[in-house]
Amino acid sequence: MLAVAPVGPAPGAALSAMETALGAAFGLPVRRVAAIDEPLAAFSSPRGQWSSVAFLEALLARVPPGASRLLGVTERDLFVPVLSFVYGQAQLAGRVAVVSLARLRPEFHGLPAAPPVLARRAAAEAVHEVGHTFGLVHCPDRRCPMSLSIDLPDLDGKTATPCAACRVLLEGSREMRTIRTRTEGDRP
Amino acid sequence: MRSRWHILVVDDEEAMTESLAAWLREDGYTVDTASSGREAVEKARSREYAIYFVDLKMPGGLDGIETMMEIRKLQKEASVIIITAYATVDTAIAAMKEGAQEYVVKPCHPQEISLLVERIIRVKNLQRENAILRRKLTRQYSFHDLVSKSPRMAEIFELVREVASQRSTVLVQGESGTGKELVARAIHFSGDRGERPFVAVSCAALAETLLESELFGHEKGSFTGAVAQKKGKFELADGGTLFLDEIGDISPKLQVDLLRVLQERRFFRVGGTTEIAVDVRVIAATHRDLAADVREGRFRDDLFYRLNVINVHLPPLRERIEDVPLLAQEFVDRLAHELGREVSGISEEALRLLMDHDWPGNVRELENAVERALVTCKSGVLAASDFAFLSRAAGAPGGGASLPAGLTLQEMEKDYIAATLARLQGNVKAAAEALGIDRSTLYEKIKRYEIPR
Repeated sequence: MLAVAPVGPAPGAALSAMETALGAAFGLPVRRVAAIDEPLAAFSSPRGQWSSVAFLEALLARVPPGASRLLGVTERDLFVPVLSFVYGQAQLAGRVAVVSLARLRPEFHGLPAAPPVLARRAAAEAVHEVGHTFGLVHCPDRRCPMSLSIDLPDLDGKTATPCAACRVLLEGSREMRTIRTRTEGDRP
Repeated sequence: MRSRWHILVVDDEEAMTESLAAWLREDGYTVDTASSGREAVEKARSREYAIYFVDLKMPGGLDGIETMMEIRKLQKEASVIIITAYATVDTAIAAMKEGAQEYVVKPCHPQEISLLVERIIRVKNLQRENAILRRKLTRQYSFHDLVSKSPRMAEIFELVREVASQRSTVLVQGESGTGKELVARAIHFSGDRGERPFVAVSCAALAETLLESELFGHEKGSFTGAVAQKKGKFELADGGTLFLDEIGDISPKLQVDLLRVLQERRFFRVGGTTEIAVDVRVIAATHRDLAADVREGRFRDDLFYRLNVINVHLPPLRERIEDVPLLAQEFVDRLAHELGREVSGISEEALRLLMDHDWPGNVRELENAVERALVTCKSGVLAASDFAFLSRAAGAPGGGASLPAGLTLQEMEKDYIAATLARLQGNVKAAAEALGIDRSTLYEKIKRYEIPR
């Protein structure tokens, strides 16, 4: 099971789009879990941004029982020390990931708000970060959600459906095979 | 496959190294980290990284630019990206002047890092492709482990192909280390005997009686110690090829025995009474001037003509110096793998040094030199300094051939004259000039010491 948790407030429409995309991309049940408090220590006043690593640490402590992965969703603008911002971050081949909606919003870039645009971008980013937790690395196919997106045109060029190559890698991963076996074993 | 490219991130701040490493790992690269310049240099010593991200300001020990310079000593072509929190034109200029490939200010835009890495890796991929093509080109110049692009060697390859499937005896002549056995093997394995045995015997290594037994075998009780019947090399090579190395060194009696086998294709084992018939192709080799030995009565002329049906004369390496880079790269590729060293090439300066060397020990000496350099080399590319022992040896007596300790003065004189003659292809006039003595004096010493020419 993949768990999705808002970290602080997050819009329901975007969360729903992310959950649908995750279910379709990974073929696993997706469940929204209770919101998690924002880790206040993550805030960096010199940068006016929030540390994504601190978010990942907070999420790691809150992975619900039965969930193989936990995706946190935040409205905060995230950063890692060496980069000016990140759309999200994941533990590569780990259990948690976080997506920031801040820069996915058209209004962040001085454009009118557009909830469907936000939902589409959030869905692709959710699949991207959760894909990393399954060990997938960046994909050269620009339409694949696993491709690297560092600006809005990159982001808007991707779909939320992994390309054939990434699907093969995903299904071939030991982790996914273990989850599938466990899920099938749980069926009545 | 990006994972084959290794990147090293060097920063004293763990948060910085870890965040950059995580970002690059998501891009599919294999990333190591180091928290100081010293640690980075140690890591660079054991592995060649495609890219080094180095923080400019690191407290204590080496700073970013010093770290880069140390890494450059190990890997001349290393791609170093300097990262700093302080964007000043001066530091940027200093870093670029010292050879940094790029300079980025943290926190940097994700696009900047990704594009930078992608651009450098694209160049590395092209360089790797270039190396593969170069290797393919080497194979184009190779023939059964013989590597050359010299026109003289190309003629030899052609001759080898032509005679490979014939039964005629071949005499391979050339200085020590020119690859006489490789030619013999090439003839054998490219001909229709290639599936049959190839048996090699060094005639210089054994005493006359032992060599006789080695070549023809013996019957039980034929001499003290012959406790069982033993097949000789001629029988073992039946259907294939017998390679007789240093044929010029065999005794007059063995010359007669060998002539008989070559003429009749039959022989007796030592102490045997039954004649044994064999179908063996003989390839003989010598570093001596066998024609001169015949003229001077040291070698039977009838055996010489039997052996010398097809003659292959291998030029010394100094006469095909254009092959030195090709051969040296071939040895690096093979030996680096065998020795487990991550060395991929040879610097231009080192190649110039190798091409200026005289190579009295020929290809074998070059192979040994590359092996010795690989063992002591501290970076991914062999530098001129790794071959410093060559210039020391060239200054030693014998023009590169060092003499073992414990020789008498007369023995040293004999060896030195022999080495000089070999280096000058037996030219007595040139050797006398090189040695600073009269030609008549040199002739007298050659006669006295029985030096072959």
